[in-house]
Amino acid sequence: MSGGYDDELTRPLEGALEASTSEGPTSPAVGRDEWVARHGDNRTGRGGRIGKLEERLRVVPWWAWLATFVALFCLVPVVSDSGYVRRVAFDIAIYMLLALGLNVVVGWGGLLDLGYIAFFGIGAYAYALLSSDHYGVHLPSFVSIPLVVVIGATVGFLVGLPSRRLTGDYLAIVTLFFLQLFLTVTTNGDDLFGHNVTGGANGILNADPLSLFGHELPPTLEGGLFNPAYMYVVLAVFVVVYVALRFVNLSRTGRAWRSLREDPLAAEVMGMPVNSLKLMSFAFGAAIAALSGTFVTALSGSVFPLSFSFGILIIIYTMVILGGSGSQPGVVLGAVLIGILLELLRDPGDSRVLFYSAILVGVVAIYRFSVRLAVIVGGTLVFGIVVHSIAGAIDNGWVNGSGGEGGGVADFAANWVIVPVQLADWVAPVSYCLLVALALVLTLVHGWARIALLIPVLYLAAFVWENVMISQPEPTRYIILGVILIGLMIFRPTGILGEKRVEII
Amino acid sequence: MDDKLLDLQNVSMAFGGLRVITDLDLHVNRGEIVSVIGPNGAGKTTLFNLVTGVYQPTGGNIVFDGASITGLEPHQITRRGIARTFQTLRLFLNMSVRENVMAAAYGHTKAGVFRSMLRTPGMRREEREIRELAEKRLAFFGERLMGYRWDQPAYSLSYANRRRLEIARATATNPTLLLLDEPAAGMNPKETQEITELIELLRTDGGYTILVIEHDMHVVEGISDRVVALDHGFKIAEGSFEEVATSSQVIEAYLGTGGMARK
Repeated sequence: MSGGYDDELTRPLEGALEASTSEGPTSPAVGRDEWVARHGDNRTGRGGRIGKLEERLRVVPWWAWLATFVALFCLVPVVSDSGYVRRVAFDIAIYMLLALGLNVVVGWGGLLDLGYIAFFGIGAYAYALLSSDHYGVHLPSFVSIPLVVVIGATVGFLVGLPSRRLTGDYLAIVTLFFLQLFLTVTTNGDDLFGHNVTGGANGILNADPLSLFGHELPPTLEGGLFNPAYMYVVLAVFVVVYVALRFVNLSRTGRAWRSLREDPLAAEVMGMPVNSLKLMSFAFGAAIAALSGTFVTALSGSVFPLSFSFGILIIIYTMVILGGSGSQPGVVLGAVLIGILLELLRDPGDSRVLFYSAILVGVVAIYRFSVRLAVIVGGTLVFGIVVHSIAGAIDNGWVNGSGGEGGGVADFAANWVIVPVQLADWVAPVSYCLLVALALVLTLVHGWARIALLIPVLYLAAFVWENVMISQPEPTRYIILGVILIGLMIFRPTGILGEKRVEII
Repeated sequence: MDDKLLDLQNVSMAFGGLRVITDLDLHVNRGEIVSVIGPNGAGKTTLFNLVTGVYQPTGGNIVFDGASITGLEPHQITRRGIARTFQTLRLFLNMSVRENVMAAAYGHTKAGVFRSMLRTPGMRREEREIRELAEKRLAFFGERLMGYRWDQPAYSLSYANRRRLEIARATATNPTLLLLDEPAAGMNPKETQEITELIELLRTDGGYTILVIEHDMHVVEGISDRVVALDHGFKIAEGSFEEVATSSQVIEAYLGTGGMARK
């Protein structure tokens, strides 16, 4: 026998194989079978130093990545003594935990659970009820937290019970209804059948801080600064949850979850009880969300209905989708990136730097280093300077509106973008709508026409940013999230670290 | 010869007013290879869906291995020893080839979630066994699904290999009865020849009893101990390949009663 086949291999297809090998291993005579199956060998990796680095990084085991990541995270309070930075690190750790839980339901179970944040809220409220003055119950944390996890899992199970036969859109709308129900009940929960259960819109105050082995962990240090111990606690819990989930994912349960995501009917027929597996993944996600809720309440000492509304649901989903639904490192990365991004957008100075660098990176990513890139960047700069000086020559009040506090980027923006002292009411909506419309037109034109149009569009974007968005951080955050999701859908639908997905057969 | 592994007694199936299968009696003896043939829409795949519990019959009884399986959920039926492949392939495309097969061992393994979290020795032993089972099932296909392909995602496989993987996955549920829904569909003559030999091997080496739906008459002729022909949900012929192939009712069902066929 010739070709790449080995006689030693035991196989049932002796005759047929003989026929195929006589035509040589590269012949596509046996269907394109062999050739297609070797696509792995045909795929060429990246060359050069980056390629080599990639190869090296690929053999780093998962626990080494996790350990490095956690070690770096632990450094945050060491490097910075700012209470604000430490508090942000705590928030991001909570986001990471929430993203891990959502990944179980959405990434592995394939269930579109839009009520996820309700379980976060249930955890927060359950902790507050079990450890606060509200009912005078003060369970120690090592009792109340496991109890809250069990409550979360149970509620998740119960919500899943009627929904277990639902898939896709139906499940999404039922779970969304559940979130709304949760919000309505907590907001009106100060008079539930004559009892004050949730404190209504005023929430529950004076929840106990965490207590470990009889020692209370004060939420703030002397001077009112955030106590970083809380961040370490959440980080430790994160590591435990991460490792436990990883092990589950690589067990028969994890395989069954992913099978039912891929094809529920095939999974059922291959012996997997699809309904109970769905319930299990639902309960798992709910338990993790509830667990995250306890730390938030313990730290802030209070809980309000509005902390669990749709905004945070959108944020957690963005994290999971951006990082790569189904990939644990992916969703953690997504949580860190979005968490940092949202914080940066709070501050006008930071968000300005972010905005201009994002534009620059985006243009470079699309046009690479080419003549066209030089034309765009140079053209936009010149365009801005010209427009700015014309406007300044007509009326100095048109260009003197910039607050321009500190920083090179702020100075640059003040001298480049038109920022009127007094902005007419109609300018903001009109310029914003014009920007959106022109961005759509951009997708319709090609070649140099696109580049010619891109220059004023970029300038208009800067104008909108400086005049409208920078002073409205809250809507801006969601607009940015939307833009990220749109970009992701076009350029990398699987997310940053997502597994490759195919839908077609 | 009265060792019936699968016995359909007077089974009917209707979707609303549409009768897809009417009073069907059909049995498969232990160790037998039975083919089901019939024109499109004859109710062959519906028959498989009834046996595997995807549909509940509107009448009659299905007995497997001496006990009625009517009304059981599909995963319960699979655990009793019936496995199937799908005519329209339904692999877990975004999972690796090995994981596709490992997933099918769910029914006869036990490790729970908490044992998996702790990776207890028992769980790890079971996991090793599942892996070995999967590799054994894949190795059955020899060169075709050999080693270096097992970690690739299933979507990277060619059409023919996906069909093979479906069979490997079905056998990983440790069945006694294997239902193959058009295993040779979309294959070229050489691959069809392979499949024919493979089905025979599944009986002799694998020890499975096989019920197969097939349109390719060469395959049917090559493998069948007995052939059952369906048309519009009725059994119109049963017997050896020659008997069924020459049955006037079968010819009529395939070709109609027009001038050419009558001649």
